Amino acid sequence: MSKIEIKNFNLYYTNFHALKDININIEDRRITTIIGPSGCGKSTLLRSINRINDTIEGVHTTGEINIYDENIYDENTDVDILRRNVGMVFQRPNPFPISIYENVAFGLRVNRISTSRSIISETVEKSLKAVLLWDNIKDRLYKSALSLTLEEQQRLCIARVIAVVPHIILLDEPCSSLDPVAIQKIEELIIQLKDRYTIIIVTHNMQQAARVSNDTAFMLFGKLIEFDKTEKIFTNPSKKETEDYVSGRFG
Amino acid sequence: MRKIVDTIIEKIIFLCGISSVIFVILIFSFLFIESFVFFKDFSIIKFITGRYWYPDSKLALFGIFSLLVGSFLVTLGACLIAVPISIMTALYISEVASKNVRDILKSLVELMVAIPSVVIGFIGMIVLVPCVKKLFNIPTGLTAFSGSVMLAFMAMPTIVTISEDAIRSVPWQYKEGALALGATKWQTMRWIVLKTARPGIIAATMLGIGRVIGETMTVIMITGNSSRIPHSIFEPVRTMTAVIATEIGETVNGSMHYKALFSIGLVLFLITFLINFVADLFLEKNKNK
Repeated sequence: MSKIEIKNFNLYYTNFHALKDININIEDRRITTIIGPSGCGKSTLLRSINRINDTIEGVHTTGEINIYDENIYDENTDVDILRRNVGMVFQRPNPFPISIYENVAFGLRVNRISTSRSIISETVEKSLKAVLLWDNIKDRLYKSALSLTLEEQQRLCIARVIAVVPHIILLDEPCSSLDPVAIQKIEELIIQLKDRYTIIIVTHNMQQAARVSNDTAFMLFGKLIEFDKTEKIFTNPSKKETEDYVSGRFG
Repeated sequence: MRKIVDTIIEKIIFLCGISSVIFVILIFSFLFIESFVFFKDFSIIKFITGRYWYPDSKLALFGIFSLLVGSFLVTLGACLIAVPISIMTALYISEVASKNVRDILKSLVELMVAIPSVVIGFIGMIVLVPCVKKLFNIPTGLTAFSGSVMLAFMAMPTIVTISEDAIRSVPWQYKEGALALGATKWQTMRWIVLKTARPGIIAATMLGIGRVIGETMTVIMITGNSSRIPHSIFEPVRTMTAVIATEIGETVNGSMHYKALFSIGLVLFLITFLINFVADLFLEKNKNK
């Protein structure tokens, strides 16, 4: 049984048909990357999996996305619970302009996971340790999160997601605003997280896709062209468009 | 030739630019000089803390304490009414309403600024004052409370417009981040949006207060103009502005009474100056975020 099953999924921004008949099955505890040129709909697809696209005016969808056999586009779906279970890290680090501690505690508080101070503090520590940030910042937990470097901010955003214990983590070009050293560190972190979470990453960077992922999906003009093991996509793709793209002939 | 025009235009723009600064300085020095002369003859402490305003009696008393309390009560009441409603309105306009509703609401709120204060006073007198009298079963509806309600209407457009700006300038990424963590719309507003916009909202409140404390016509019409220290908000009061406006016409130019009114003007000026200054500090803080 696959964890995320996307069936005949279409998405429209008012009149623009952004995702066309997407079908894809994503397996448990693997890293899947979605690649493709700008505007191909890869971020849109990612943002459909936690329904954060709902916040944009004029978006409507057809088809299904099933997570553990439950269609998240069913009208009975509780979107807030869905988003707690499907965490998301954004392109630009977006820590809240409050303290580092409160950033991580925020998810625990709003989801009423715990109100006990000691449990919250424990979870904050555990989450910050999981993203290898704890040792650096344990003395300035109550400083503003905006005082961190971009890389640290992105780590904090990942910690914030981990704190609410999601099943799936979506990363939307998580490294695009970071420098090469930071990128390497974040990639190492992502690979470490694979044992515990199902991870989907959208990226511009094909080397990154090749380095970190188990499976790769290639999208073009709102359509899913090919989805397979990463190795296969990069060495022996079955579609001509995929080959052209991964060999750098366009994109 | 073009160069000359350029220099002349530049000079004119410069003059216009600094004229407001010059006016403020002129007004301040004028008030200051008149008050200075007054305080030489009448102790400043007796002026501020004196309970009796008897400018016409033989032994004239110029105590503005009751007027200060009057202004303070009316302003406080107006804030208690206007601030929560305005913040909710601003949240509704920028976060909840659809685009069409938002546009209509915004222009309506901005239109509220254009209602002359005498009209607001008039409506208060005809509609609100009898209601207050009946509802609370008090001898007169001309009370601090009535003034507060009507002044709240006058403060609301300022508070709504500026708070709305502050709320709208909260980066979209913060909201998205909060929603993506499973926060509900209201939790996002309460803990992220309002928190981030707080300096702007405080500034908006301050500017609203500035507007209320200087308001004259409405309070003359509906607060009863009785310069006694009130025991509750449901009693008539008299504000500093009302005293100046009603008495300046009947004083002899240069008399003690005349100068006392200028001194009240100075107090008012200092209060509003302080409020605006604090508001500016918060607006600046908002920008630096």
